[in-house]
Parts: sequence; C-alpha cells; structure tokens
Amino acid sequence: MALAVALVVTLITLISVGIFVAKVYWFPVDISTHGAAMDHQFLLTLIICGVIFVAAQLGLAYFVWRYRDKGDGRKATYSHGNNKLEATWTIAAAIVFIGLNFLGYNIWAKMHFTGAAPGALKIQVQAQQFAFYFRYPGPDGEFGPTHLEKVDDAIGNFFGLDRAHDQASKDDIVTATLGIPVNRPVELILRSQDVEHSFFVRELRMQQDIVPGMEIPIHFTATEEALKHNGGRYEIVCTQLCGLGHYKMRAFLQVMTEQDYEKWLQTQAAAQ
Amino acid sequence: MAEAHAPTAHAQHAPQGFIRKYIFSLDHKVIGKQYYFLALFSVFVGLLLSILMRWHLVWPDAHIPLLDKLSPVGAPGGLMTPEYYLSLMTMHGTIMIFFVLTTAPQSGFGNYFLPIQIGAEDMAFPRLNMLSFWVTLAALLTLLSSFFVSDGPPLAGWTAYPPLSAVGSVSGPGEGLGQDLWVISIALFCVGALLGALNFIATTLELRTRGMKLMRLPLTCWAWFITAIVGLLSFAVLFAAGVLLLLDRVGGTSFFVPAGLIVSDKILSNHSGGSPLLYQHLFWFFGHPEVYIAILPGMGITSHILSCFSRKPIFGYRAMTYSLMAIGFLSFTVWGHHMFVSGMSPYTAFAFSVMTMAIGVPSAIKTFNWLGTLWGGRLRLTTAMLFSIGFVSLFVSGGLSGLFLAQPPVDVNLHATYFVVGHFHLVMGVAAIFAMFGGTFYWFPKMFGRMMNETLGKIHFWLTFVGVYAIFMPMHYLGVEGNVRRYSTFIDDFMQPLLPVHKFMSIWAFIVGGAQLIFIFNLFWSMFKGEKAGINPWESTSLEWTVPSPPPHDNFAGKIPVVYHGPYEYGVPGAEKDYIMQDSPEVVAESH
Amino acid sequence: MNKRHLLALAFVVSLALFLIACSKKEETTEQPAETTTAVQPTPIDQSTVGEVTGKVSFDGTKPKPHQIMMDQDPACVKAHGGKPVYAEDDEVNGNGTLPNVFVYVKSGAENYTFAAPSDPVVLDQKGCMYDPHVLGVMVDQTLKVVSSDPTTHNIHPMPKDNREWNMSQPPGAAPIEQKFARPEIMIPVKCNQHPWMRAYVGVVKNPFFSVTGSDGTFSIKGLPPGTYTVEAWTAVGGTPQTQDQTVTIGPKESKTVDFSFKAAS
Repeated sequence: MALAVALVVTLITLISVGIFVAKVYWFPVDISTHGAAMDHQFLLTLIICGVIFVAAQLGLAYFVWRYRDKGDGRKATYSHGNNKLEATWTIAAAIVFIGLNFLGYNIWAKMHFTGAAPGALKIQVQAQQFAFYFRYPGPDGEFGPTHLEKVDDAIGNFFGLDRAHDQASKDDIVTATLGIPVNRPVELILRSQDVEHSFFVRELRMQQDIVPGMEIPIHFTATEEALKHNGGRYEIVCTQLCGLGHYKMRAFLQVMTEQDYEKWLQTQAAAQ
Repeated sequence: MAEAHAPTAHAQHAPQGFIRKYIFSLDHKVIGKQYYFLALFSVFVGLLLSILMRWHLVWPDAHIPLLDKLSPVGAPGGLMTPEYYLSLMTMHGTIMIFFVLTTAPQSGFGNYFLPIQIGAEDMAFPRLNMLSFWVTLAALLTLLSSFFVSDGPPLAGWTAYPPLSAVGSVSGPGEGLGQDLWVISIALFCVGALLGALNFIATTLELRTRGMKLMRLPLTCWAWFITAIVGLLSFAVLFAAGVLLLLDRVGGTSFFVPAGLIVSDKILSNHSGGSPLLYQHLFWFFGHPEVYIAILPGMGITSHILSCFSRKPIFGYRAMTYSLMAIGFLSFTVWGHHMFVSGMSPYTAFAFSVMTMAIGVPSAIKTFNWLGTLWGGRLRLTTAMLFSIGFVSLFVSGGLSGLFLAQPPVDVNLHATYFVVGHFHLVMGVAAIFAMFGGTFYWFPKMFGRMMNETLGKIHFWLTFVGVYAIFMPMHYLGVEGNVRRYSTFIDDFMQPLLPVHKFMSIWAFIVGGAQLIFIFNLFWSMFKGEKAGINPWESTSLEWTVPSPPPHDNFAGKIPVVYHGPYEYGVPGAEKDYIMQDSPEVVAESH
Repeated sequence: MNKRHLLALAFVVSLALFLIACSKKEETTEQPAETTTAVQPTPIDQSTVGEVTGKVSFDGTKPKPHQIMMDQDPACVKAHGGKPVYAEDDEVNGNGTLPNVFVYVKSGAENYTFAAPSDPVVLDQKGCMYDPHVLGVMVDQTLKVVSSDPTTHNIHPMPKDNREWNMSQPPGAAPIEQKFARPEIMIPVKCNQHPWMRAYVGVVKNPFFSVTGSDGTFSIKGLPPGTYTVEAWTAVGGTPQTQDQTVTIGPKESKTVDFSFKAAS
C-alpha cells in the first residue's frame, strides 16, 4: 500500500508537471505591448510553484514509502519538532511568496496606476444582456449624452442618442465590432446598461469587469503580431455571470492597419 | 478556566422517548450526527447536480433521462437549457459551500467531538445548539424548495452579484421567487452558523476539564475554536449583505443597484444610488474567511489523524496552533483578491495581493509540519490515514495554484477561467472532503460502535484520489488556455480543440461520482453489520478514546477525566505502551 | 427540553414553512392561465355578421431605416447571406401604406364571450428576426414559439398585466407553448441574446383582430351587428402609437375604416 501511494503520487506529480513543461496547453498568442511581462511573471510563478510542488509531493511520496510500518517493531522517532527548522521555512516561504509578488508590481502599476497615453483613441464599450456595443466619438472627438428613454435596441439605438438634438451625438459612430488600429494606444471606457459584465480578450491579456453605474477606463496598444493571426480578428468574451445568455455573450475585436481602420470607420459611419 | 465545571443540568438523565432522544435532542452527539447526515444528504444532492452539469457540458444535445420530470421547464424533454445549467451551478455551489463544507467538518464532527475531547459533558449551550441545527435545516429546506417554484432556482451563482440578483425576474429566469428563497435561506444559515460559533467559543473557553490547558488541546479543538471565531466575525457580515440584498429585491431600497439601469428594455426608475461593488466587498469579506471555515477543521482533523497513524507526536504543535491563528487573522485581510478585475481601486488590489501571499506562509508551515510528522514515523496506512495523506497532497496542489491567482498581473488572465475552478475545488472542496472522509473512517467506531470496512474504504479512496486529480488538474490547463467558467455550452471556435479535455474530465466525474456509492454502502452497512469496535481501536491518545463506543449520554458517565499530557504523545521513549493517553497519570519526561 | 424552547423552535420552523408556502401561493395566483376551464361562448347568428376592412397609410417622410448589426453572432449574419438587414419598425410599404399595424375591436364586443381557438398562433425565429413581427392571440390561446435558426434564442415577453417569462430555446429544442391570461396591448417580446430582436403580441378577448401586411390592408370578419371602437396600433419609427375610430355595423354589412399615421417624433 505504501509503495502504491508513493508511486501514484509520484506519477500524478510527473504528469501534472510534464504537461506544463511541454506546454501542451498554453496561453494563446499575445498581441499586446504589456502581455509579455505578464507571461513572464506567470512563467516565473510556474517555475517557483513547480519546484515547491515537486519537492512537496515527492517528499510526501518518499516519506510514506520510507516510513511505512514494516511490522519490524521499530519505534517512531519521538520528536515534537524543531524550532530552527520552523523558523527557516517560515522565513524562506515569506521571502519567496512576498518577493514574487513585488516582482510583478511594475506590470500592474503600468496597467493601472497611469492613465492612457495622451492622444489615445477613445472608444466607449457598452455591455448589456447579452451583447457588447461600441461607440466612437467621430470627428468632433466628443461622445454625445445618453438619454435613457431614447434607448431602443430594436432600432439599434443602444446608447440612447438623440442625434436630432444633441450636436455631439450627430457624428458618433455605433458599431457591434471593436475595430482598432495597430500600434496606437487605445483607451476603452467600459460601462454597463444592466448587470455586471466583464471584458476579456485572451490575446490582449486584458480582463476587466464592467460595473453598472461606473465608467471604468482601461488602456492598451495592439502590436503588429495581432495582424499575423486570424486576420486580426479576436474574440471578446464576457467573463462575469450575467444571466442565461452569458455563455454566448461575445463580440469581436478587429485589429487593422491604420489605413484599413480609417476605411472601416468610414463604412461604419455611413451605416449610421 | 481549566477547572472542572459543574455538571450541566441535563447531564445526568438521558431523555426517554424517540423524539427527544433522536429528533429534538439536546445531546451534542445527536446534534453532531444530525449535522453530519444533513451534510451527507446535501453532498449527494450537490454531487448529482455537478454530474448533470458535466454531462450537459460535453454532450449539450443530450436528453438526460428523468431530468424533465424534475423540471419540465428547465429541461424540456430532458434537454437542459442554459438557464437551468446556471441554476444547477448556483445550487451546486451554494449547497456544497454552505451545507457541506461549512456544516460537516465544523458543526458535524465539531459538535460531536469538541466536548468529549476537552473533557466536557456537553456544549456550553445545549438549547442554542439544537436551535442552530434546526435553523440550518430550515435554511436547507428553503433553498431546496426553489427547485419547485415555477421558473426554477436562481441562476446568479453562489456569489449572487447584484444587480443580476437584485432586480427581479426581468434579469432572468429564477431571479424572481427562486432568488428570494436563496437569500432567505442564506440569511437563515447565517443565524444558525452564528449561534453555533458562539457555542463553540464558549465551550472551548469555559468547559475544558482540569489539566486541559490550551496548549494541551488536540489540534482538532484548536481548529474548531479558531473556525468558530472566524465564523462569528464573517457570517455576521454575510447576514447584513443578505438582508440588504433582500431589501433591494422586495423593499424597494437601492443598496446595491445604481441609477439609470435598463434591463431587457425596462428602465429601472425605482433604483438609484446603490453600488454593486459594495455588495462584492461585503460578500467577500465573508467569502474569503469562509474558505478557511471550510478548510481549517479539515486541517485539524488531518493533523490529528496523521499524528495518530504515524505513531509520532505532531511536528511543531505550537507552530501548528500559531499558524491556525495566523490564517484565521489574515483571512480577514485578503478578500480583495477575488476582486482584482472588479473595478475597485488598483492600489488596494496590490495591498490585498501582498496579504494574500502572506497567508500562504502559515499554510506552507502547516504543510511542512505535516511532512515533518510523517518523517521518521511508523506509518499505519489505514483508510483514515490514506485520506489524510491525500488531503496533504491535494492541499499542496490546490494551494500552490493560489500563488498565481494572488498576483494581480497574473490573475488578469486566469480570473473567471477554469484555472480558478480547479484551484478552489482542489484546495477547498476536495481537500476538505478528504478530511471529512478521513474523519469519518477515524471516528466512525466511536460514533457508531462498529468499524467501517477497510477494503471497501481503500477501493473508495483510490478511485476518489486518482479521480479528483483527473477531474481538477486539467482545469488548470484549460484555464491557462483561456477557458471561461460558468458557460453552459462552449460555442467559441477556440474551445473546440479543448472539448476532448472536457470529455475526459466528465467521464472521470462519473467514475468518482459512482465511487461515492461505495462509501455510502460502507457507511450504512458498517453501521449495522460492521465489526464491533472497542474503546480505542486506533490506539489514539485523545479523551474520546477513553470512553465506550459509542459514548454514554453524558460522555464520561459522571467521571470527569483529568488531563496530564499533551494530545500527541505517541512513541514516547520509556513509556509502557507505544502511546500515552491524555488522561493517563503515567509520568515520563515530557519533552518540548 | 422545556416548553418555551419547543415553542421557539416551532415558531422558526413554521416561519420558514410559512414563507415558502406564501411565496408558492403567490406564484400560483400569478398564472391562472394554465388552470382556467373552457368558457361557454355566446352564440352568434352567423347569418347576420358583417365585416370591417380598411387600409393604414403612412403620412410624411419615410423614416430612415436603421441597419441591424448582427456581428456578434456569425450564425445570424450567415442566415442573411451577408446582406444588410433593417429594423422592421422602420418599414413602410412601397405604396405608402404601413405593414405591421395591429387593428382590433377595442370595445363594443364586451357582451359576447369567445372561446380561445384550439389552434396555436405560431411565432417563428428566422435569421435572428421574429416572424411575424406583430401578431395577435386571444386570451388563453396558445402561442407556439418555434425556431428555424441554428443558434440559441431566448424568448422573453415583457408584459405589464400578464406573467413575465423568459426561456431559452436551443436549436432543435421543442417548441415553447405559452398562454396569456389577460388582454394586453401590446406585449413586447425580446431575445436578450440578439438584443435587436423584437416582436409585439396583442392579447385580446375577442377574435376580431387583424395585422396589416405588405399592402397595408386589414379585414376583420364575423362581427355581429353593433357599434364598435376599432383601434389601430403601430410602432412605426420605434415608438408605439394608436388611433381609435367608431364604426356601426348593421346585419351583413361591410364597412371601411382607414387610418393614417405619422412617424412619432
């Protein structure tokens, strides 16, 4: 029985680690400027945790096998512990765990402690059960106000615009696809019409909840890498439970060259 | 404090009559069993729900037999609708977390063994004890009744984030009456948990027998004691959150609902000024301590069993108690790690992250000490011991993945994916359940006077141990790929290559689910047909093994024990036997 | 155990049971539709019945049709072969008449009771649009919702006077059959997974209703002699509006009633 425990634990450990080491399953391609640092922090954490994982599991397996009761009358070692050892692993664990955390500080700070670069392309994202819609401010660079009573999904007025009366709304462009130019800083302003949603693009290494009653800004820049895969098209998925259609709530991110982007925006403007 | 107490009023006379003896009993042992069986019933309901979910996830077009009988609306012709999937998921989470993980290890085993292990005749407040059980049962019945209302159970998840959970049926099926019942059930559960926690704290502090110094308490008692304190401080907050949510739903208030919402074309003009994030803070202020409420008693039970079957004192008894206290304290400082992407201030996110990494330290200490306990031992690999070894393995696996989620820049890409599902199922769900299995095999002889079948126990262990790894380890890989959780079907293109992994997990879920029938059979068969158990079949040292199996009504038949030793005096050199009972007056050089 | 204790316990348990029971009761009163028994219809002399016909025209500049963006669900885009789809509320017929106008006898038929027909009214989901866009059912008549789409829809009527429900319909699932217990003009129906999808269901107590089609005409047959208020309802341009007209029908008489709408501002 002791041997079986040792073997099974060892086997589980090796298979679990092996699949990670062989990268059988891994993050999708990274298309953002900030993603590489995140992936690196993940890898660093994986290595540290991997070492602890293997040491602890194999230690467990070995002890179970080594100290099994063989029926030879051997008595167990009588020990209540060892304070020096306790102190050592407490301090070691504290240094490793908290140190690891501080290594990732900069990545988080860059994402959140500074705003978007000046001149970033501003796009409003509105989430609702169960769709995302996007609004570009148009040439005037201003978003027109939302009038709740004007919101009408059936005729596509998701943002409640009053184009007849509000000057700023006249040139606003509402789309169902998030088109962005490559290499240009983008600032998304996230808002929700009804319940909690979340904005997650795996390839963009970007996830942020969308909270009703709040406008949450996030910023990123898509790299050339984005154009090389899937024709620049990536899924935006909702990751916050929002109701029965949660699993289907998605939209698409379309990364384009600057020229293609301008052309695309013209087409969208014409369809308003 | 450690004085022998005056016998409680009820202690001398065992009540006569079935109802007072077994139903409305004041005896902590009966109440402990009632909690245990409530949790056992709940865990099978929860398990069944998870199997239905795994079935639907990989065969979304399957017509599941009999499911349309349970819910003709949720599963017309047996074909599960997305909303019914979410309802099952919500009920699975709620049942498992509240009525299994919070109930069995603490209220079940704790009720039964805390008084005996400290040398008391009962809990400090037997009537409160009975009340807390019956309130908990009422909570369970209220929750289960939501299966039978017209549009089914709520679908907002066990976390029930508003506004989804607050604005009523316009936001989705199950969000009407079903969600009301859910909130009422949770509020009731909080009341039961609070009464229980008070009782545990008072009992531990006031009813220890002579000689039972705090530093002689078995680690199980320490764990129950700390858990009770954590529960007292956190369930009070959940109660508040639940009441406010209920008021938002039925009272027209706006604690959690902001102005200007349009749900399904309907302008919600009756709400303004609320904050959805406020609810999340309140919920997780309870929610994170809750995972420790689930696992701390498991840690205590595992420590207790590992020491006994290693025939060796627990390694670092003091470090174990201090780390329990540290976890209990720190558990109130880390709730924000559930909210890194929630929209709360990113500066606080970093603070929560540091505290979360810090709570990893006492957890690591415990792991090292368990390994230290095995080191140099003479291991008796009983089923109880196997489950405790399994606990350590699972706790390590699930705990380490927490280090990823604790770092905001790493969490961003893993949040709300199967990585999280794998993490918490291993570390909190399965590990805690392994502690319950361990506790069951270890204490069954004391509770029922008979032994459980070891062969069946070992078959059950192996299938479960291998199975849970096969189910929950792949979830981490899926999470890294970006497989989002809480989806009832996977329609995204990128998910298609990952479906075989889901099938693998589902098949193992069926195997593990089936293996639990072995346990059930073993449990009930042994209750009537098991080999008769002696007073101390495992050669353990704590006080419950000094009394007959099962113990008499007042535990010690009027002879309150006096304690001379720490709880883990195994393999003592120079002692008569391999171990020294806590109440044995035998004098040996006690080393520290 | 003392009596006080038993009392307290009984109180808690009964409170819980009471809460459950109350809430269940509430639920049952909400849906008498399923339990009502067949009504006894008032006999009508078929040899004397008349008819109201007419045309609904649109007066003013046509609203600019709003293009529907279906990007989020490729199955919907595919169903239309990539061709642009426009909001149905913006539709005006080529001959200047209005389709999708619900015309019904609003009052005048109160003295008669009618049995709901046993045939269901069918609402189809095709290309992520509702077909028809506007429809009428009688109180307690079955509305049968079917789907011709390879994608999941949810059907979510949002009534004021009837019971709200919201159900998913995955591809290949059985039709959803529901009834409305009270008359209501009009119940909007929405699919939250395709937020642009909207249908309007008019629930009436009598069988005297009609919806205009591509020629803008309607016809209400089988009216017993009497004086009626006929109402026309339209959501042209996105905002619902109504017009009433009174008409008196003699035995076997056929009357014409025309309506004319402007786009709501």
